[in-house]
Amino acid sequence: MLKKLTLAVLATVSTAALADINVGVSVSATGPAASLGIPEKNTIALLPTTIGGQKVNYIVLDDATDPTAATKNIKKLIGENKVDVMIGSTTTPNSLAMMDVAVDNETPLISMAGSAIVVEPMDAKRQWVFKTAQNDAHMATAIVQHMTDKGVQNVAFIGFADAYGEGWFKEFAKIAEARKLKVVASERYQRNDTSVTGQILKVMAAKPDAILIGGAGTPAALPQKALKEKGYKGLIYQTHGVANNDFLRVGGKDVEGAFLPVGPMVVAAQLPNDNPVKKSALEYVTKYEAAHGKGSVSSFGGHAWDAGVLLQNAIPVALKKAQPGTKEFRKALRDAIESTKNLPAAHGIFNMSANDHQGFDQRARVMVTIENNTWKLIK
Amino acid sequence: MDLQILLLLGQDGITNGAIYALLALALVLVFTVTRVIFIPQGEFVAYGALTLASLQAGKVPGTVWLLLALGCTVAVLDGIRLVREGRFAKLPPLLIFNIGLPLLAAAGLFAMPPTQLPLAAQVVISMLLVVPLGPMIYRVAYQPLAGASVLVLLIVSVAIHVAMIGLGLLFFGAEGSRTPPFTELSFELAGAPLQGQTILVVVASASLIIGLYFFFERTIYGKALRATAMNRTGARLMGIPPVLAGKLCLTLAAAIGAFSGILIAPITTIYYDSGFLIGLKGFVGAIIGGLASYPVAALGAVLVGLLESYSSFYASAFKEVIVFTLIIPVLLWRSLTSKHIEEEEE
Repeated sequence: MLKKLTLAVLATVSTAALADINVGVSVSATGPAASLGIPEKNTIALLPTTIGGQKVNYIVLDDATDPTAATKNIKKLIGENKVDVMIGSTTTPNSLAMMDVAVDNETPLISMAGSAIVVEPMDAKRQWVFKTAQNDAHMATAIVQHMTDKGVQNVAFIGFADAYGEGWFKEFAKIAEARKLKVVASERYQRNDTSVTGQILKVMAAKPDAILIGGAGTPAALPQKALKEKGYKGLIYQTHGVANNDFLRVGGKDVEGAFLPVGPMVVAAQLPNDNPVKKSALEYVTKYEAAHGKGSVSSFGGHAWDAGVLLQNAIPVALKKAQPGTKEFRKALRDAIESTKNLPAAHGIFNMSANDHQGFDQRARVMVTIENNTWKLIK
Repeated sequence: MDLQILLLLGQDGITNGAIYALLALALVLVFTVTRVIFIPQGEFVAYGALTLASLQAGKVPGTVWLLLALGCTVAVLDGIRLVREGRFAKLPPLLIFNIGLPLLAAAGLFAMPPTQLPLAAQVVISMLLVVPLGPMIYRVAYQPLAGASVLVLLIVSVAIHVAMIGLGLLFFGAEGSRTPPFTELSFELAGAPLQGQTILVVVASASLIIGLYFFFERTIYGKALRATAMNRTGARLMGIPPVLAGKLCLTLAAAIGAFSGILIAPITTIYYDSGFLIGLKGFVGAIIGGLASYPVAALGAVLVGLLESYSSFYASAFKEVIVFTLIIPVLLWRSLTSKHIEEEEE
């Protein structure tokens, strides 16, 4: 009798465990993208542990900004932890590496990377991949728009000598050309360079009206400091990759007056009350700052939060069709995420479709400038 | 390209070259005395700069804990040996130097916020926190393997490098830091602006190099190091303990590294992992000197700095490619001109 009872109890426990929803997470919490990966990791800890009445387990692994490690992580999470959905990774190369494994196992993958190639062009593989960060094109359009409004004609570019800088240059040059802006110089530097004097001198020799710095995080402060030091007087633009407080700390007074596009979350408190993103963005900012202190929030954590927002919306729908842990559930979850409509998140409003797995529109970006060492919304 | 650009690039190249030269000298020193290719050299640059930056930000730098942990390890390792050999008289100095002083430093940092101290005092504190790591690392990692082959020592170096980078991320975070400049002075040279900080770097590097020259030529410890570098067995027979030589040269290497870091922290942003690339460029300089000649290594390092600066103007995307490809013709030339002598196994 006792034996039977134990078995019965065990059986209930194991079915309960099976019914839990397992979310695998791979972020770049160490390595070159650590400043993006750490707030993402912190944000995952703030996501709800119950969705649609089901317990949700988040299993977080670090991929050290290394695509090989990212692949290993997703294989382990799918193989051993039987995850229903994957969130990750922080960077574009890592997300692309994880994509193949996710597709082979028919597991939805929500990436937090910037580049549009993660979800475009739509094909059989990318059916399974979604992305919460704004495409570079969203941001580049905003910059070019602002430049033409300011009457800029000649523009120069200096960016990272890696996928980030190249990706930005391609997007920016394409849109700039369409809007009749002339790109007069294009230079590259390494994110851990100690000096960019050579590049800056060459850029300045081309006499551009505006310069776009295609860098992310604190390394993007170096060219702007060098430009100020060498007496450059034109406009300076940064990308949304610099939108964290460390950039302001390192850049100090030399980065004052720079223009950049950001997700509305960065200036959530300054948004007008009728902005549709304000409420959902403030919710995240409040939660994060309650856990990590005032002023600690950065735009990168917002992308992880938005992955959570997508799941909270899609999981209840998928639960109606199938049980977690099954192939059918993963398929239902993918379909549910793809049919997300008018969902406010920290960075914008998601409107997914079969062809658009990013889902943001122009409401997902605002132009800001740096004033008194803080981000100021340009109205 | 006009004269002004030429001058600005040259100025930039010489500033960076001066730092690479210091690191190249440290690498040559460590290699000749201990046969260790000291890959973590660059980490001391980052640790020095970031320790100073965290002091200025009013934080207790994580280096204190590393110092304390390594100090305790050294004390335990050496303590066991001393007790076994019954040399109890040596125990108190061992404990004071390896545990007492780091503890005192930690207590001092907690008791008094270093933000109010003058810049010079902050620099001294940072040096005191970082430099002892050198000899401690020698005691823990290299001393037990002192007789091993160059390859084994190199593998140990890689391990220390990876460990120090990881700890650096833990201590200082993923984002970089800058420190305020030591001087705001600015001059004009042939129409090109010249920052006071740049001159300071070059002057400080040059005087450190001259100081090292006198250390090796005039002091008994310097001579002991040179003797060990020339012939390890011979030096030992003359009563120069190899352990002393090893610890001394890692102290020097750590001091040079930390000092370089403090010098460049106001010019550029330093990250927990910036040191490696800076150290690697110093290494290219050291290779030009065949890991043996100090003056050639220093000149080679300045050449690396200049090459880097001019190539960043002409072909910025290929800058690192150009700098590191320099090794190939240098190695080719060295292997054709110098007679190869097999390293004697000890």
